[in-house]
Amino acid sequence: MKGTIVEAVNDALHEEMAADGDVLVFGEDVAQSGGVFRATDGLLEEFGGKRVVDTPLSEIAIVGGAAGLAMYGFRPVAEIQFSGFLPPAFDQLVTNASRIRWRTRGELSAPMVVRMPYGAGVRALEHHSESMEGAYSHIPGLKVVIPSTPGDTKGLLTSAIRDPDPVLFMEPKRIYRSFREEIPEGEHAVPLGEAAVRREGEDVTVVSWGSMMPPTLEAVDEMDVDAEVIDLRTISPMDAETVVESVKKTGRCVVVHEGPRSGGVGADVVSRVNDDALMYLEAPVERVTGFDTPVPLLSMEDFYFPHPPRIRAGIEDALAEP
Amino acid sequence: MSDRPPTQTPPESADQGALRWLSQDGLEVPLHRIVAPDGSYDEAAVPDLDAEGFRDLYRWMLTDRVFSRRMVNIQRRGELGTFGSTRGQEASIIGSAYTLEQPDWLYVGRAWTPFFMRGVPMEEMIKFWRGIEESQQEFAKRNSQVAISIGSHVPLMAGIAWGMDVAGDDAVAMTYIGDGATSTGAAHEGMNLVGALDLPGLFFCQNNGYAISMPASGQTGAKTLAQRALGYGMDAIRVDGQDVLAVYNAVSKARERVKQGRPVFVESVTYRLDAHTTSDDPTRYRADEEVEQWEALDPLERYRSFLEAEGLWDDIDHDALVEEIEDEFSAALERANAFAERDVAEMFAYVYDEMPPELRRQMDEFEELLEEYPEMYDYVEQRPKG
Repeated sequence: MKGTIVEAVNDALHEEMAADGDVLVFGEDVAQSGGVFRATDGLLEEFGGKRVVDTPLSEIAIVGGAAGLAMYGFRPVAEIQFSGFLPPAFDQLVTNASRIRWRTRGELSAPMVVRMPYGAGVRALEHHSESMEGAYSHIPGLKVVIPSTPGDTKGLLTSAIRDPDPVLFMEPKRIYRSFREEIPEGEHAVPLGEAAVRREGEDVTVVSWGSMMPPTLEAVDEMDVDAEVIDLRTISPMDAETVVESVKKTGRCVVVHEGPRSGGVGADVVSRVNDDALMYLEAPVERVTGFDTPVPLLSMEDFYFPHPPRIRAGIEDALAEP
Repeated sequence: MSDRPPTQTPPESADQGALRWLSQDGLEVPLHRIVAPDGSYDEAAVPDLDAEGFRDLYRWMLTDRVFSRRMVNIQRRGELGTFGSTRGQEASIIGSAYTLEQPDWLYVGRAWTPFFMRGVPMEEMIKFWRGIEESQQEFAKRNSQVAISIGSHVPLMAGIAWGMDVAGDDAVAMTYIGDGATSTGAAHEGMNLVGALDLPGLFFCQNNGYAISMPASGQTGAKTLAQRALGYGMDAIRVDGQDVLAVYNAVSKARERVKQGRPVFVESVTYRLDAHTTSDDPTRYRADEEVEQWEALDPLERYRSFLEAEGLWDDIDHDALVEEIEDEFSAALERANAFAERDVAEMFAYVYDEMPPELRRQMDEFEELLEEYPEMYDYVEQRPKG
């Protein structure tokens, strides 16, 4: 069946709730209304009010509560309505969820998922547009996953729910409904920690993820260049090997991401390339990213995130260096 | 969906509503007490415990006192990183923890003896204060944990209570907090969630007068901490935390109510006689007279007068009991001292279920480095013996 990314989220939640009675879904407006993006539509009707719960407007309690439920043996899937509202609960990720296994030397753990739409470009108000995967991937013990296609969304969310460790699942809301693609029916799991090569090529490696994948592929398609495009999919722990092997082949690399450049995931990709493929490089690794500013409000946000011409310029720079 | 009636409905009647303040000024928050400071007590209110139960309470309070004293002593000898003494809070701690049953979950702030009451060996608490992670593993085996980041554990315990509710388990989630924790956003959200979903959460707030140097009166504009529960739709009890029988009675009743599906908040009014931790100097922020006033309200002395009046004291050999606990501590210390230094790999363990490639690489590189430059061990002091 063909579907969108947000439909794939819904599909995965239905499948996993049916498969495992310990899976619970909760958050703000997720039950009765089915979520502001309808990602949880129909779950309340199918699985009832004990397993699908509307919570108070309390991000700290949602994330901390998920960690407690997971410690107690459940598989909670919490929704944060917009990623810009996660920061109050940052404490619960850092202080509790990510270190329960470590703190108790494996006696307890927190197999939980926090899902949230992230990213700019939907003409929303302040705090609805952030891409903070760089900050979240800095937390030891937490996994950060960002899908970019409907099929991967279902497969990665399924794996996230089954994963023994806490997973922050960031959904690219700008492309929630922008295209449809075949979503495998029934059980479908895509392993965490494995990047996908979206397009094979010999001239340059372009690494991106999430909502930057469509503009990246568009930029590459418009250029007369044999680019290898890698979708990182899991931001942490990162599949550096796939990137490194590709760079060894191409000798050139560009990283494209939406979040601010400084301290961003792109810097980490550059480091991994330096670690293991520096001598293969024919040019410095280019970064095409958002800027070190808050995401502008909707009237100016289109300036902020990389679009195909800017990505193209970055690739040209990487190719131009002697 | 909540089955509670809506908090707002269209006004139906044409009656005028006069302005009326909802104020704490008229709010009466009584203090529950069974044994008065002078030793007199209300016989009818004495909880239904047998002689062994009454003796048990005393023994655990004494354990708490001896444990704190010994821990402060070994810290001064340089055998612990730091320690937070519970002296003065024995009735509050033991009276509340004595109500717990094994399936209950416990997350404490300043309260260590409850872990021993749940079967955790004493050496594990010594190891905890020596920064040895394995202690928390032992705590976890008994559904128990220690909160360090004040208030951050409250949402976690809301989740545990939620789990008990979904599973239909016959248990309560007992969260200890202090006066300081009640000011945190996490405590607010956690308690609000428990109230909103009617979860089996029991909040035991030890108002011991201070959050390090900040007096409890500086934490909030509320006259009492107990009244804050009303805002969460929770019932509350304010109890004299120096009266072990009153604390036990209050928390027992609270526990019954929680099991009926109504979360409860208990404020125990007590006092931290010692410093916040061994690194703190309380003379900088409180007067000796104030401390002396509370020294005179020693919870063990008050309970002793009750035991004497009931004829139970004759069966208690106080000195022998102290010796027994001292020996228990010495043996625990010896066992704690036997904990060996660990290999560096232990630092990398348990971050994830399966170690990610980058973490494995960091570990391998560091191990190779240690092998190549063994002088790096000169900079590593594990201090398993404190």
